[in-house]
Amino acid sequence: MNTPTDSPKRRVRVEVNGTPIVREVECRKHLIDFLREDCGMKGSHLGCEHGVCGACTVRLDGQIVRGCLVLAAQADGHRVDTVETSTPSKRLKALQDAFVEHNALQCGYCTPGMLMAALELVEQKPDADRTQVREWMSGNYCRCTGYHAIVDAVCAVLEQQRAGRFADEPVASADEVRA
Amino acid sequence: MNHPTEIPTRRDLGADLPAVTEDQRHIGVAIPREGVRRLTQGRGQFVDDIELPRLAHVVFWRSPVAHMRITRIERSAAQALPGVIAVVVGAEIAAICKPWVATLAHLAGIKSAPQYPMALERATWQGEPVIAIVAETRAVAEDALGLLEVEWESLPAVLDTETALDPATPLIHPELGDNLCFTRSLDTGGVDEAFARPDAVAFEETYVFGRHTGVTLEPRCQIADWNPGDQKLTVYHSFQAPHMMQDLYCRQFELQESQVRVVCRDVGGSFGIKVHAYPDDFATVALAMLLQRPVKFVADRLESFVSDIHAREHRIRARIAATKAGEILAFEIDDLTGIGPFSMFPRTSGIEGNQVVNLTGGPYKHKAYRAKLKVVFQNKVPTCQYRGVGHPIACAVTEALVDGIAAKIGMDPIAIREANVIPDDAYPATGASGIKLEILSHEACLREAKRVCDYDALRAEQSQLRKQNVYRGIGVATLIELTNPSAAFYGVGGARIASQDGATLRLEPTGVLTVMSSVGEQGQGAEAIFAQIAADAVGVGIDRVRVVTGDTDATPYGGGTWASRGAGIGGEAVLQAGLVLRENILATAEAILQRERSGLKLHRGAVVDARTNERLLDLAELGRIAYFRSDTLPKTFTPELMVTRHYAQRDYPFIFTNGVQVSHVEVDVDTGFVKLLKHWAVEDCGRVINPMLVDEQMRGAIVQGIGGALFEECLYSEDGTLRNGNMADYLVPMAGEMPDIVVSHVQSPTRSSQLGAKGAGEAGTAGAPGAVMNAINDALAPFGARVSSQPITPEKILRALGKI
Ligand code: FES
Ligand code: FES
Repeated sequence: MNTPTDSPKRRVRVEVNGTPIVREVECRKHLIDFLREDCGMKGSHLGCEHGVCGACTVRLDGQIVRGCLVLAAQADGHRVDTVETSTPSKRLKALQDAFVEHNALQCGYCTPGMLMAALELVEQKPDADRTQVREWMSGNYCRCTGYHAIVDAVCAVLEQQRAGRFADEPVASADEVRA
Repeated sequence: MNHPTEIPTRRDLGADLPAVTEDQRHIGVAIPREGVRRLTQGRGQFVDDIELPRLAHVVFWRSPVAHMRITRIERSAAQALPGVIAVVVGAEIAAICKPWVATLAHLAGIKSAPQYPMALERATWQGEPVIAIVAETRAVAEDALGLLEVEWESLPAVLDTETALDPATPLIHPELGDNLCFTRSLDTGGVDEAFARPDAVAFEETYVFGRHTGVTLEPRCQIADWNPGDQKLTVYHSFQAPHMMQDLYCRQFELQESQVRVVCRDVGGSFGIKVHAYPDDFATVALAMLLQRPVKFVADRLESFVSDIHAREHRIRARIAATKAGEILAFEIDDLTGIGPFSMFPRTSGIEGNQVVNLTGGPYKHKAYRAKLKVVFQNKVPTCQYRGVGHPIACAVTEALVDGIAAKIGMDPIAIREANVIPDDAYPATGASGIKLEILSHEACLREAKRVCDYDALRAEQSQLRKQNVYRGIGVATLIELTNPSAAFYGVGGARIASQDGATLRLEPTGVLTVMSSVGEQGQGAEAIFAQIAADAVGVGIDRVRVVTGDTDATPYGGGTWASRGAGIGGEAVLQAGLVLRENILATAEAILQRERSGLKLHRGAVVDARTNERLLDLAELGRIAYFRSDTLPKTFTPELMVTRHYAQRDYPFIFTNGVQVSHVEVDVDTGFVKLLKHWAVEDCGRVINPMLVDEQMRGAIVQGIGGALFEECLYSEDGTLRNGNMADYLVPMAGEMPDIVVSHVQSPTRSSQLGAKGAGEAGTAGAPGAVMNAINDALAPFGARVSSQPITPEKILRALGKI
């Protein structure tokens, strides 16, 4: 028979979408639950809680992670960005617009995670072609669309980028991201 | 590689049909859904996002085995855990919630056993809820699960459909006398004669379809809030048919409609999974009433695999007869399907097999048809209607038979279809199974399919590549899809599921239009097309329209979203309400302007002179006077600026639609892997209201159909437990393995409504498995190999090739 684990707590300080948040959280608590329950950031969703569907994708210090596989305590002292940010980058804004334009969402449940994954693609793989976009986006389930419109939307933003639309907004280099 | 397609904004598809309104500007146009912008910003409101004061969380202890007798439950340790509010067993719930039996009078002879929200002394499938734990947080409730002590005795499980009816097989519900839920047979006569004709050729095969499930990305969830102060129940539910649930809560808990409100805000995917009443829906409501505080239930992914409905476990022996010249003479099928231990409430688990009988052979002219159906109980997760209900099975069987016979007589797959579909000028027509077909366009769709995929070029490339040992296949599927159902679907069988839908349109004082519809939004774009229809019906810009759905307290009564009825039924109600509102606005203008009605028109948000289009009165000014300055209006005149209209389709049992899909695949004959190269869909949903929404609706459905054809299966171990009930092991299609999907439209509007819209939600799922299976078999043709069991895994392909 299982016995419940003791639930030791720890104080964490996380910058969520630019705002510093300090909370006392159970060490076992996942980042996605911390964001949803303790920070009131309901934009990122839970689809599987076992790291497969990508609905919980958020950025930790600029790199995408699965919020259901990272502990809140691991984010202590770090920066987390979700789709709810009130100051979206130009690329994120362009992706949000393109998703609406192309009908790249139906129920919208996968969309916050999709957008985070797409944003990293646009920043890291500016030359990606359609096949590479399909491959990259394969970490995220969408059960409503046929993916086609999502791929269209991401490709459209890549084109805009290649045409110089985001030239004044540099991408953080991989080193900076890790720092 | 393909380039990203052009932004489809404002692509117009209405132009080739006569307009349904005076100034049709929005209907038929690919207008983006601005209303979803909030979802791209994480500002949706799904059930799990809702917090209420005193909110408690429930988790269920579910049967870990397929069939068991519960001998002892010890709950004190769980109950003692700090934060646990209550630990509740089945009998305590049954004391306030009545059991149900899911049968329908028009499915003659269907039977099922009484079902309770939580198992009483026996659990009959792995996943059946047995004990509920309510706690202050979900984490504490889950901790407490580990402190429950449950003792049980395993009972023999009925799993195999083939032996379910054998006398030696134990009975799941002894009081029913056997394990048979429903049986149906249909015989038009002439089948044996057709097969016996001297010029007849026959083709015969057995088709197996694995169970799969919906995997809505947002799991099933609800919050039940019983307020003892005003004796009212509010249920926030991720659901497709709010009024149906309101009615069921009333009846199972003996409440009045006035006491129950069901609210469905954002719904994260539904596909038929969220149109059934689940035991844990009732249990959650019961807990809220017992504890007198709101209770939230959110299925986690592992429990959704064993508690969401499954679908489509069928084994069908089938054959077709045709003349050597290629005239199809007869179809015969024998369908055996397993549905779990209960028929699902309230739609029954008999409908799917019933549809297979209705639809098989449906596109074709033949008149001889014989079908047998047996629906049997098993100790597995209950099955019920999932996107396409019976369509993918009927279509895959029919189309595989047609391809099989075509190959036998040496005919091209498209040519045999062209020769045998019911011709476009032969409608209305009756199919061999007795289905009434109003107006279909098989010939036009086949022509269009051939054109868009450049069929001849594909065939030429195929034979070229075969010489280099590259095996590509082209698969065609012609389909019919049941949409816009009348009361013949459920109402006549005694189910209290509305066949009509309603719309209320209100002109606000500022000239803004509010639309309230009983059909809700789960991502299909219902709200967007209602805005388009309302804008055109009244004569305003779409930016001035807002739509309210998903609240039984606010919207007219209606059936909601299922059987592809939202646009055809709900949309017609919006149109009719809008046309009346336009007249009422003009009557108001007549009173204000003191000018003859006949000289007035409503045009682009203003009342204008009918001859000159001179703007006479803005709607905002009309609204101001009508609402705030009634003293200036004639005493005998009252402006009626809120109009409600309902619509039920009554001309046919269903309005059928049709389409053709073409799948292009490459099979690696060494590994058995299938690469999907491209997919084409030609669809006819009558009048297209927003082609961009229909396109992606089709694509989403096609991808779900491909999932069933190639990847998805609920695999059971020999003792009846699910082996792959998690997202890592249960495969669904991802972006990387899906092809680009080209969608093309043919429009044959239904005459049963003024709008002319038919449904578009299921055709994709209906046609894809057949098209993909045919394509694979076409690729395997040089080896004389065939596959007929879905999902078509690499292993099955290698077996067919004799390589393993
Ligand atoms: S919820 Fe984290 S990957 Fe599915
Ligand atoms: S839009 Fe519903 S899951 Fe992607």
